[in-house]
Amino acid sequence: MSVLRFTRDHEWVRLDGDLAVVGITDYAQSQLGDVVYVELPEIGHRVEKGKEAAVVESVKAASEVYAPVAGEVVEVNDALTADPAKVNADPMGEGWFLKLRFDDPKELEGLMDEDEYKRFVEEQD
Amino acid sequence: MRYLPLTERDRREMLEAIGVDSIDALFADVPPAARLDGLLDLPRAMGEIEVERAISEMAARNVAADSVPFFIGGGAYRHHIPAAVDHLIQRGEFLTSYTPYQPEVSQGTLQYLFEFQTQVALLTGMEVANASLYDGATACAEAVMMANRLTRRNRSVLSGGLHPHYREVCETYARFVGFELAALDPAPGGGEDLAGLVGRDTACVVVQNPDFYGEIRDYSELARICHDAGALLVVVVTEILSLGAIRPPGEMGADIVAAEGQSLGNALNFGGPHLGLFASRDKFVRQMPGRLVGETVDVDGRRGWVLTLSTREQHIRREKATSNICTNSGLCALAFTIHLALLGEAGLIRLARLNHAAAVALIERLERIPGVQLVNRTFFNEFSLRLSRPAAPIVEALAEKGVLAGIPLSRFYPTLPEMADILIVAATEMATGEDMDRFERELAETLA
Amino acid sequence: MSDRQAAENGVGLIETITGNRGLQIEEKLIFEQDSPGHCGVDLADPAPFRARLGGLERHGAIGLPGLSEPQVVRHFTRLSQKNYAIDSGLYPLGSCTMKHNPRLNEKLARLPGFADIHPLQPVSTVAGALALIDALAHWLKTLTGMPAVALSPGAGAHGELCGIMSIRAALEARGEQRSRVLVPESAHGTNPATAAACGYTVDPVPGNPQGRVDLGVLKAKLGADVAALMLTNPNTCGLFENEILEIAAAVHAVGAFFYCDGANFNAIVGRVRPADLGIDCMHLNLHKTFSTPHGGGGPGSGPVALAASIAPYAPLPWLVHGVDGLELVERKSGSAQHVIGRLKGFHGQMGMFVRALAYMMSHGADGLRQVAEDAVLNANYLRVRLESDLSLTSPGRCMHEVLFDDRFLKDTGITTLDFAKALIDEGYHPMTMYFPLVVHGALLIEPTETESKASLDQFVGVLKSLAAEARTGHAARFHSAPRLTPRRRLDETIAARKPILRWRPEPVRQRAAE
Repeated sequence: MSVLRFTRDHEWVRLDGDLAVVGITDYAQSQLGDVVYVELPEIGHRVEKGKEAAVVESVKAASEVYAPVAGEVVEVNDALTADPAKVNADPMGEGWFLKLRFDDPKELEGLMDEDEYKRFVEEQD
Repeated sequence: MRYLPLTERDRREMLEAIGVDSIDALFADVPPAARLDGLLDLPRAMGEIEVERAISEMAARNVAADSVPFFIGGGAYRHHIPAAVDHLIQRGEFLTSYTPYQPEVSQGTLQYLFEFQTQVALLTGMEVANASLYDGATACAEAVMMANRLTRRNRSVLSGGLHPHYREVCETYARFVGFELAALDPAPGGGEDLAGLVGRDTACVVVQNPDFYGEIRDYSELARICHDAGALLVVVVTEILSLGAIRPPGEMGADIVAAEGQSLGNALNFGGPHLGLFASRDKFVRQMPGRLVGETVDVDGRRGWVLTLSTREQHIRREKATSNICTNSGLCALAFTIHLALLGEAGLIRLARLNHAAAVALIERLERIPGVQLVNRTFFNEFSLRLSRPAAPIVEALAEKGVLAGIPLSRFYPTLPEMADILIVAATEMATGEDMDRFERELAETLA
Repeated sequence: MSDRQAAENGVGLIETITGNRGLQIEEKLIFEQDSPGHCGVDLADPAPFRARLGGLERHGAIGLPGLSEPQVVRHFTRLSQKNYAIDSGLYPLGSCTMKHNPRLNEKLARLPGFADIHPLQPVSTVAGALALIDALAHWLKTLTGMPAVALSPGAGAHGELCGIMSIRAALEARGEQRSRVLVPESAHGTNPATAAACGYTVDPVPGNPQGRVDLGVLKAKLGADVAALMLTNPNTCGLFENEILEIAAAVHAVGAFFYCDGANFNAIVGRVRPADLGIDCMHLNLHKTFSTPHGGGGPGSGPVALAASIAPYAPLPWLVHGVDGLELVERKSGSAQHVIGRLKGFHGQMGMFVRALAYMMSHGADGLRQVAEDAVLNANYLRVRLESDLSLTSPGRCMHEVLFDDRFLKDTGITTLDFAKALIDEGYHPMTMYFPLVVHGALLIEPTETESKASLDQFVGVLKSLAAEARTGHAARFHSAPRLTPRRRLDETIAARKPILRWRPEPVRQRAAE
């Protein structure tokens, strides 16, 4: 069973072995509108927890995607460069942004689980 | 007052509708200490006749370019503007419209900007161009900053042949935005070694072609050296008409072109408003400053245009924008587009030839004069002369005799004695044989 | 719905053979109308001569189309007919000050004595140009109450850069390196972009519930590491910052500078001098307050009025009163040795100076004061006539612009965007939408003083009707709007995903296949 957590900035992080897969949630993509461009970090780049890891652009807005946990970028979803619409169509699956080799599994503990996130989103509206 | 439609009766009715006794009530948030009770010490309103008289009197105290033999260049050039250009840009739908943020009612502006972007890309030999910047000098600074972003480096080299104003603007931006510049000394006659200054910490090298002294060079080798070091080549063009005659920067391996478009469609205007041109490679487009117009379709599937890639810009990215730029030089870009549409390929090439021919004809006369030496090996419509005496007093003397002879280099470098004898001279299609004869005669007399 | 659906539904739009609609003509790109070799300018070929281009002649086609003058005139005339403009109608964009552009200004800017002079002519041959610039500077200094004005910035944002750079230079001259600039959350995007460009950290200042800067919050944020506060006054919500003297005092108390974004100067010109509000540095937009034309996106002009504490750092060139008259100072020397440098080529937007001075002289001190009063009167008139139809963000008086938000559209399924697009079908350019960011679905309306009462009444009537339509559930007309414009809603997503930023000829392979 893989662990899935959510941040208050509407990123999700899923553990996949010793890697953390990061993306933005369905709520985030619906707020953004049509995604037109994704700026992904370089392989090998280190990200700090809560700091900018990627940028997602729609026609009218550009949003930072913050790293839910600290780690080293080992893979990025190049398919998003050719087809940024994947972020809208399948934000939790094919719309993933990057994979981190994370430093500290304990960093996941402060994050929301699926139920907590669902309630958090309901409070937003 | 002719521009204010409200009548006293309107004002009374409106104040009543608002529910206040006087207009002062609507200014009640102004702290009493800051309220101006009376009128400021400035003239009262004037009718058209008086305004025209006052401003025309000031205009009359200036020597206009077409009233005398005129040979000044230095980054702004006197060319003929076809009559249709000014009529078209004064159409109210162009003159008094705003930035095309509502594309459905701005297809006119968006379409001509798309045509403009295409023209600039074609002229410069580059893949993509923006919808214009303020002028060539700020375009040059923006090019250096873009190179910094792309290479993630901080240090650039500026050729000594770069227009001194462009260099100064880059230096101002460098100081406050926080990057480094190595600006080479002015180099009339060339001889600088740019290649030797390119390293793995270089973001870009900035050259001008033709350079400030008029010299034309092939920068292909320098482009290769830059690219080998992971640096970019920025080519500046201050006389855009030259691209009707000489090899464009895109064919020399330039990565960014920062240029001045004033020569097409736009009068001298004492230096402003002018027209910054900016072009680069497709792969760099997201790091380009300024507005971009893109093609798309509407809900009926018909082709149309919109401002695009706006997320680079200040109104969306705010503190993370590629630049703080808001306005472009829209109407000047329109004038450029119309002029170039009138010229077309054949006309542009012919006009460029006429310019070069004028400069060749002029130098053949001036070289005959004892005490005049041509510095350049090559030139388009502008060249540098070394005189036997300081150039600045000669320019003043010729001005008094009714000839505007060019720019003494000492105006830019008053503290460099070796520059004092250099005179930069331009000749465009507007210089007649009689003008050139007079220039030759007066210069010979003054030098004798 | 598409035109075909509309036709089928009897909605009154017909299909034509050409796609033209009466006076609205479909017009291709100039590149698609090429007559190779053709030229709209008659130029003689020069007699044969020996070229001196060093073998660097351009070879190969450039790719520019050839057209005759009639074709070019028709092309651009047709394009112009697809644009909305001030000359066509009310242009209610907030903070843009879309006032009438007097034609006298155009005539005077085109006098050969201004249009045909070169910036590098001997100064003795351009005495009239220097006199005009000096006259403009005098008007701007008197109107702002400031002792100096930097005239070279090419537009408002460029003026902001000038101001923040000059402030930083002033601080560095004091031996101080401050790191933060405070910017209200309601500020225009150029403000934080400018501050960040100059190396400052941008610290946003939230507004109070009345839409103004919260003085308490501001004071808490002020400190010895703050270089400046960048304030717009009146602010982008159309309100005068009534605590501005206290704000200025607080900013000065920590040794910081008070920068004012002068975009909204139209509300107070002739009635308030920024210097009297404690402002140290303020850019003006000649293309807003002083009527120089917007031109479809420029050129503008952004002079910056400066207090004595910042004046020594103003960019080159300077125009000074010397012993022999006006002098142009183009180099760092003497009193100009501490300047920040040069921000633009040559001397500034002279063409806009001529227009602005003609405007100022036409209005005079009395007319300019009337401008502010009528601008504020017009905006407040719209406020009271629309406050029960749209949702006014702040009750009570506004200055020259009035801010609404989208609460009045709640539960209608219609957004601010939809509402604005429906306005287009009624013959109006929409007001500013979604700015300022501090309210939801903002609608910011600035009528300016050059709108007649009749024009305002007509606008009010249309907005009342549209608001009523929105409330009574006629969502379809809003979602499908605009329907009567040369183009309907355009796909901005595909424009950004697959940018096509220039025309390209069709590949030969594709043509051969046809």
